[in-house]
Amino acid sequence: MRQKQKNQLVIGMGIALFLFLLFLLSIFYTPFDPDMMNAKEKLVAPSFQHIFGTDQFGRDICSRVLKGLGTTFIIALSTVSIGAIVGVVLGAVTGYFGGWMDEICMRINDVIIAFPNILLVLIFISVLGVGQNNMILALSIVFIPSFSRMTRSEFLTHRDMDYVKSARLMGVSHFRILFVHILPNTVPTILSMLAIGFNNAILAEAGMSYLGLGVQPPTPSLGRMLAESQIYLATAPWIAIFPGMAIVLLALSFSMISEGLSKGGRS
Amino acid sequence: MKYGLKKLVALIITVFVVSFLSFLAFSVISGDAAQSKLGTEATKEQVEALREEMGLDEPVFTRYGTWICNILKGDFGISYRYNIPVKDMIKDRIPIMIALVGMSFLFVVTISIPVGIFCASYKSSWLDQGICIVNQIMMAVPSFFIGMILTFIFGLILRWFTPGAYVAISRDPIGFFLYLIPPSIAMAIPKTAMAIKILRSAILSQMDMDYVRTAYSRGNTKYQVLYHHVLRNALMPTITFGAMVLIDLVANSVIMEQVFSIPGLGNLLITSISSRDYPVVQFIIIFIATFVIITNFLVDFLYGKIDPRVRVKK
Repeated sequence: MRQKQKNQLVIGMGIALFLFLLFLLSIFYTPFDPDMMNAKEKLVAPSFQHIFGTDQFGRDICSRVLKGLGTTFIIALSTVSIGAIVGVVLGAVTGYFGGWMDEICMRINDVIIAFPNILLVLIFISVLGVGQNNMILALSIVFIPSFSRMTRSEFLTHRDMDYVKSARLMGVSHFRILFVHILPNTVPTILSMLAIGFNNAILAEAGMSYLGLGVQPPTPSLGRMLAESQIYLATAPWIAIFPGMAIVLLALSFSMISEGLSKGGRS
Repeated sequence: MKYGLKKLVALIITVFVVSFLSFLAFSVISGDAAQSKLGTEATKEQVEALREEMGLDEPVFTRYGTWICNILKGDFGISYRYNIPVKDMIKDRIPIMIALVGMSFLFVVTISIPVGIFCASYKSSWLDQGICIVNQIMMAVPSFFIGMILTFIFGLILRWFTPGAYVAISRDPIGFFLYLIPPSIAMAIPKTAMAIKILRSAILSQMDMDYVRTAYSRGNTKYQVLYHHVLRNALMPTITFGAMVLIDLVANSVIMEQVFSIPGLGNLLITSISSRDYPVVQFIIIFIATFVIITNFLVDFLYGKIDPRVRVKK
């Protein structure tokens, strides 16, 4: 079991690292200009020149997938980090101090967690308006409760442990106890939460952009590419396959990492 | 009974809080509903007149009161865009969503329970390991991409159905359900993978319990232990998960309806968000939210009924 988990972690990290390197590469170099339209080479099947083929405007799919990967990475990174920072601080404070504030936060969390991600993001987007930044904001808000709930339960158990009590007796401030003493002990849980968060963010971003509510053209986005490819599915399936595979690989790598990090996982 | 009553009160309060919050959110942004309805060229007087007519000049609480009273009376407001009652717009669409989600849920349940039990009872066999790997991959595939793959394979290559040719239930009920099969399978696949995983680990964690050892020691066979003792206990956590799946399917149907161009509730929601038709958006969101809250309530209630420990703990 342990070995299998380790394998998952290694494979997941490997795929994620590979995709991340591709993203870094795409900042400096793509085979073609991702936005360059070429009327002469519309819907060209994969070949040596265009390894993933071209789309309805003659744009190179490979370059667009690379750029789209970057868009997804940036959106996932910003949503997860905002969600994690706010969620962890909120969970830490409420779990450690308890009281009525904790009670209120927990109730709100319970209500938010009961709703599926996609639905919440849809609600926020319909209130805030369509667009990339609004989607990032919406996704970050949606991720806060899951982080704060997990962190809260960790801090709740650590609060009464002897090392925290003795630190208190030595006159260590609450702030220092929270973030210097307890926080490092919760890192494994937070890491596994981060991986799940990335997985969810990638899938949610793809879904929203597919619906046309997330990333707006001309920014290349994997979800949007899938939506646009749909009418050409019969004649040019490669427009759909490669962006789709990129989403799957990205989501898969993070779900494997989270599987590998979770303690006591049975699979 | 006291437990049920307490939960019911909490349910009603939650519905009101959620509906108030969403009303507040929408009345803040559509603060100028009158303006958006008339367009930018309207004069100030026209906007003021319409504001008064729509009751927008009253305080938020009064407006919420009238709004919620109207909803309870069955009047859901009028669409900004089409100028027809929201009620008429949604009444044909809700059954479509229910059919889609229901069929999909049926697929999840009928596939995941036998496969989950199989995987747990043949733990670590090659088939179990294979299923686990497939599960892991399937959970990472967005359902709309599965929908597109199904369209490509079964619609365009094998020609088992015509993509995009939605059949209305009034015209051909059988054709309607047949058309809903691919989208419901596409939605079901990632959820089935998750359900198999949860059920498998629920059964395996029960297998380590003392009562299982006792059951074995009394001479029960593996199958007797599994079906008579373990399964009852293992299915308990699965109920919560089942409710979660149902709710997730409702949310996913919003996307899936776009993939297969089904004119359901989700389709209306997306077009209304894009065209800022707030009365429609607001109603659909309240509708789905109420569904989510009621489903969660029923799960809590069922739990209390099945497992008396829950009632005492709360």
